Amino acid sequence: MKKSKSLLLMIALVLVIGTALAGCGGNKANNGNTASPTNAAGNTNTGSGDEKLAADQTLRLNMSADVPTFDPGQAQDSQSNVALKLMYEGLVRIDKDGKEGPGVAEKWDISADGLVYTFHLRDSQWSNGDPVTANDFVFAWKRVLDPATVPAPPYAQQLYYLKNAEQFNKGEIKDFSQVGVKAVDEHTLEVTLNNPTAYFLNLMSFYTYFPVHKSVEGNEKWATDPKTMITNGPFTLTNWITGQSVEYTKNDKYWDKDDIKLNKITATIVNEASTEVLSYKNGEIDRAGAPNGDIPPDQIPVLKNELPDDFTLKAIASIYYYEFNTKAEPFDNAKIRKAFSMAISRQDIVDKVTLASQVPAFGYIPPGIKGASEGSEYRNDYKDDFFKEDYTEAKKLLEEGMKEKGYTTLPPVTLIYNTSEGHKKIALAIADMWKKNLGIDVKTENQEWGVFIKNRQNGDYQVARAGWNPDYNDPMTFLDMWKTGNGNNDIKFDNAEYNKLLDDAYKEVDNTKRMESFHKAEEILIKDEMGVMPIYYYTQVSLQKPYLKGLVSQYDGTVDYSKAYLLEH
Amino acid sequence: MVRYFLNKFFYMLVSILILITATFFLMKAIPGDPFMSEKKVPPEVQARLYQQYGLDQPVWKQYLKYMGNIAQGDLGISMKQLNQDVSGLIGKTFSASLKLGLVAIVVSVVIGVLLGMLAALYHRRLIDNLAMVIAVLGIAVPGFLVAALLQYVFSYKLHMFRVMGFTGPLDYVLPVAALSFQPIAFIARLTRSSMLEVLHAEYIKTAKAKGLSWAQIMFKHVIRNGIMPVVTYVGPMTANIVTGSVVIEQIFGIGGIGKQFVQAIGVRDYTLIMGITIFYGVLLMLARFATDILYVFIDPRVKLVGRKEG
Repeated sequence: MKKSKSLLLMIALVLVIGTALAGCGGNKANNGNTASPTNAAGNTNTGSGDEKLAADQTLRLNMSADVPTFDPGQAQDSQSNVALKLMYEGLVRIDKDGKEGPGVAEKWDISADGLVYTFHLRDSQWSNGDPVTANDFVFAWKRVLDPATVPAPPYAQQLYYLKNAEQFNKGEIKDFSQVGVKAVDEHTLEVTLNNPTAYFLNLMSFYTYFPVHKSVEGNEKWATDPKTMITNGPFTLTNWITGQSVEYTKNDKYWDKDDIKLNKITATIVNEASTEVLSYKNGEIDRAGAPNGDIPPDQIPVLKNELPDDFTLKAIASIYYYEFNTKAEPFDNAKIRKAFSMAISRQDIVDKVTLASQVPAFGYIPPGIKGASEGSEYRNDYKDDFFKEDYTEAKKLLEEGMKEKGYTTLPPVTLIYNTSEGHKKIALAIADMWKKNLGIDVKTENQEWGVFIKNRQNGDYQVARAGWNPDYNDPMTFLDMWKTGNGNNDIKFDNAEYNKLLDDAYKEVDNTKRMESFHKAEEILIKDEMGVMPIYYYTQVSLQKPYLKGLVSQYDGTVDYSKAYLLEH
Repeated sequence: MVRYFLNKFFYMLVSILILITATFFLMKAIPGDPFMSEKKVPPEVQARLYQQYGLDQPVWKQYLKYMGNIAQGDLGISMKQLNQDVSGLIGKTFSASLKLGLVAIVVSVVIGVLLGMLAALYHRRLIDNLAMVIAVLGIAVPGFLVAALLQYVFSYKLHMFRVMGFTGPLDYVLPVAALSFQPIAFIARLTRSSMLEVLHAEYIKTAKAKGLSWAQIMFKHVIRNGIMPVVTYVGPMTANIVTGSVVIEQIFGIGGIGKQFVQAIGVRDYTLIMGITIFYGVLLMLARFATDILYVFIDPRVKLVGRKEG
């Protein structure tokens, strides 16, 4: 009832505006694919002897949305991520092997207990010639954490690893000098953490940690005009037409400018996947697809054959899954949840519906997430064999579960997903499998993004589509969301042992022991409780001209275009 | 005359007020807000955002505050395109829609009228049939399909234009074609039928009998009278086109106002939704007002008189 009411209101709003004005056309909501396949580029090796650079080093791209903000302290989306990686240089920059390479910091020391990081900064400059100093980092980080900053930076949480940062951000501590960041001198930055955090160095390449020039103080509009954006990265923003195009030009003040071969990067802003592909085929852009663009899923099989040299498919560390509301009937029973999860064929879904060679998921942590030792992967160390698809067993579990709950017939079940052709196809396929394999009729319901998110977060659903992409490279980013009381715990998971395992992992210095805790927690979440129903691990598809080289793509699908170059073609 | 204007102005003001109020409360009634996200931010940060943008207040207070700002001509700043003035965003995006729209209107009227005239003059002959096939297609085929077809044929197959991007004059060709396809069809049909009517009218026969030349008959009588319904149609069409076509702007990557508006609703950018709504409202009221006045000049039978009292 509530859902249809909100839908009515939505329609009413559109109607009022539409009829009163007769001016606006169709309606196409385009957000809501937070974990939609973001991008990939094959890691390419730089410079085999006979490569010749093209005379015109202009990289042409498409972006499927405007960059909402060019302020590193306010950013929170994948378009900003691509843009800010070009415009800014953090303490470290991830290199083509996925390792933390030097950025503004030339080198760094980490204390034996893993709590104190000392960064040694090189001589480098802002785009206006000012030196980049340790104070610029302190200034930027304080800006993010300061409760007085307007608007409140949504990603302040990313800095909570620093000692007392959370307390300062929440207003419990007023004195910033108690927060764990200090400019010892112009070239030395000392950072103190709450817990030894294995992935902290990696975070130094993340935009919330980028330095910001002091001139932004008192000028709240600085990030809306390229002229007032003083940056320290490989490129500067030189042109920006809202909803239409952006242009970046090589920054001659960048410390590593000799390694930057591109002169310009231009991007159109078109949110229409089929247009993007057509434009790519027409030679107007050098790369199409994620993370900044989009390729229509139904074209994937065709493109694979048509453009085998350009077609790139890369597994990324994100998962597509369904959430069971563990506080709503009939999914407040573990056996019923397991029955539903075991009664579908994931292989059929990836082969016949999603078509992008996704990997069927039987666990919650995707491949690509780091494991205990250097170079190892969690998913290789711990296989995701928590359950099997078995329709007879599923039927049996369903019967047992129904008996436990005292049902003679199962209460009606509705599956909700946010408006998107892709989500719809998967939902229909799964509902069909449930009908066939369990004999249950499940209603599927498509909801507009805002309505959907609200229902899911309020626990106003039974089964809901979901996706999760990591905030950092560690299993924690997938598991701490299901702790009791966590804001993202939409399944209302409430397991004391699970909570304790994660609390242990926070404090643990020994990485092997941490991974053991994660594995046990994942076992509880999937094998014992089936709080969520894993479906597949994402891949991302892109088209890339063979002459485009030097892209750096990361485990989560983000791409750094700054070191790209174009060969003669 | 003055009375008429005052009257009109009063009704415009009331209409806009109703529009603002209805949109404001309906918008607030939709679930979600500008700061919703799949990944939750700490409750303290969330609360601070609501407070900074005044969303922690009861809706009626927010409404009064908003009306107060509007009265001072302040549309506020966008909630999702950080720190950008709503008026600035409207200005930037509307200018793109307007430029494209004006070209499309001129093209639609010229080609539409020509096509319609030819069809009427060569009634029931090949040209007529061809023109009407085009007209039927234009009305029946949706804009996004036309756009996609144009891109496929003229950009991808013939390499005459770019598929997307909007910088040079050549980039106008396909979007203008896609945008004017339907109006051309409509105008052609209107012109044809009204011209046919005029051609069979008594006064044309009189004119012929008087021995006027063909050109004189055409320009003095037929076109002048035949074009009346087109003028009526051009008013709403202009409004429709310059307020931006979401589909065309989306497909060709034009930073227009239609695209902005739909995006704003999707992310619940409250201030931008309201700003564009008010802008559209004022624009359309003015357009109607202008049409009313135009009638006086075109049709001498229409007189501007104030409403009778009582």
